[in-house]
Amino acid sequence: MGDKSARIAVLSGKGGAGKTLVSVNLAFLSGESVYIDCDVEDPNGHLFFKPDEVSKEAVTVKIPVVDESLCNGCRTCVDFCKFDALAFIKNRPYVFENICHSCGGCALLCPEKAIWEKDKVIGEVQSGVSHDVIVSTGIMNIGEASGVPIVKHLLNKDVPKDLPVFIDCPPGSSCIVMESIRDVGFCILVAEPTIFGVHNLSMVYDLVKLFAKPHGVVINKCLFGKNPAEEFCIEKNIPILGRIPFDPELGALNSDAKIAARESERFRELFGSLLETVMKEVRHETTVDS
Amino acid sequence: MKQLLILSGKGGTGKTTIASAFIALSDAKAYADCDVDAPNLHLIMAQDLEPERTDYYGMPKAEIDTDKCTECGLCKETCRFDAISKDENFTVDFFACEGCGVCEAICPANAISLKPTVSGELMLYVDSDRVFSTAQLRMGSGNSGLLVTEVKKRMKTAARPDADLAIIDGSPGIGCPVIASISGVDMVLVVAEPSVSGISDMERIIKTAETFDTKICVCINKHDINPANTGRIEEFCRERGLPLAGKIPFDPEAVTAVNNGQTIVDIDCPSGSAVKEVFRNTMELLFA
Repeated sequence: MGDKSARIAVLSGKGGAGKTLVSVNLAFLSGESVYIDCDVEDPNGHLFFKPDEVSKEAVTVKIPVVDESLCNGCRTCVDFCKFDALAFIKNRPYVFENICHSCGGCALLCPEKAIWEKDKVIGEVQSGVSHDVIVSTGIMNIGEASGVPIVKHLLNKDVPKDLPVFIDCPPGSSCIVMESIRDVGFCILVAEPTIFGVHNLSMVYDLVKLFAKPHGVVINKCLFGKNPAEEFCIEKNIPILGRIPFDPELGALNSDAKIAARESERFRELFGSLLETVMKEVRHETTVDS
Repeated sequence: MKQLLILSGKGGTGKTTIASAFIALSDAKAYADCDVDAPNLHLIMAQDLEPERTDYYGMPKAEIDTDKCTECGLCKETCRFDAISKDENFTVDFFACEGCGVCEAICPANAISLKPTVSGELMLYVDSDRVFSTAQLRMGSGNSGLLVTEVKKRMKTAARPDADLAIIDGSPGIGCPVIASISGVDMVLVVAEPSVSGISDMERIIKTAETFDTKICVCINKHDINPANTGRIEEFCRERGLPLAGKIPFDPEAVTAVNNGQTIVDIDCPSGSAVKEVFRNTMELLFA
């Protein structure tokens, strides 16, 4: 898995705060690095990197299949399933694949050994390269309920040792975000200067505190006037790693899926100094740890 | 009661800003926030009221009685979620456990039991003629779809019989909570954003919504930040036969309104004027 201390997660709680903007630009400026997009429901980082030599791997989960010639209708499986993914219809168990959590309990407990498990594809992992950046993306199939197995698959892939790894997380603070930050050494929280942004920032802040992850905040889309995100950081004594101004030029580049630090000297400097601050924090945490 | 759900795929395109404007414009008697992972609608729609709070029990979690445990390791071996580890004793990782009950069922020493667990909080705001249902999932919890279903159920149960419109704010993404939120609504309004990312995510949410029996329409927020991409969204809608309910310009005053706890139609601003047109068109499509 490489050196975990150099794994940096970018998360935000709120969607659209700028996770992909920050993680893409930091990975790009790091030169040799790894970018992993864990926002498997709506991955966007690959649209910026446009990686070459893309290889694809299907991600599967186990789904029960009932062998009707062996089933004696005892209902053990239906009674066991806590997710109501099995129902007894016309005296035989019926599997609702989209609700199944793939726990394997029904197959394990069937006294007649009438249940086996097939592999069901729920999405894929794509890996490619963009200049010096290794780009890995998880993509969940439409209609699936949970991308957690895809995130696990993504984060278990071997990456070259000693390269910094930037993990672009899904929004929110639910199980899938937790899975994304499980093994990271540092968390960058991207916040918007609105009361919505602060409310969602406070949630991911609680999450990184719960998991004792070193962290700092990047405030995006800074406008003049009241900045509730900045006030929150000062009040909670959270380090502010950087501020990205609201800037129509940045917005335009970003909306065209262009990597701002590649396109303009000004944004190269902006994200370059952010990267420097982040790496200083990461190194500091690593020294404290060892 | 017609139910309108606001979705976007990509986060931050303006779902809550538009939902709150629609609630103000329609004087809706029933509304809900289904973004249980990161709810925000209450920040502008319910400042003065105290909600009725109810604990939400999601899936139970396994607990190992170390006195009974014989350390055979069968639970750890069979757990598909890597939720059981051995340090000094065998223990369950509270966050990784999905409550499937396999460990409880196979433990030869009967040392494992499933314990009910609070995984969120439901909030219902009720005043003389309106009802607002929302919830907050506990961090690190899963199964948000069940909580979303509960939020909608409580809104419908508490709504007055003469309420003819419900406005529901959705969550980003296309997974479990989104699917649960679409089920049973009359129309989905997709808030698109003219960025390459926004278009990719819009296509994914539309495909998701199309697997349900619901009307779909699209509006474009911040349309002027990238006119070429706005053109692409309009083209996409034409090709797919999806009605376009209108376009809203980027407006820094929207941020000011939100930060003052107001909707964009509470103040005189460009986005507020534009959203009125989007609202009129959406209502025409919804009640058609």
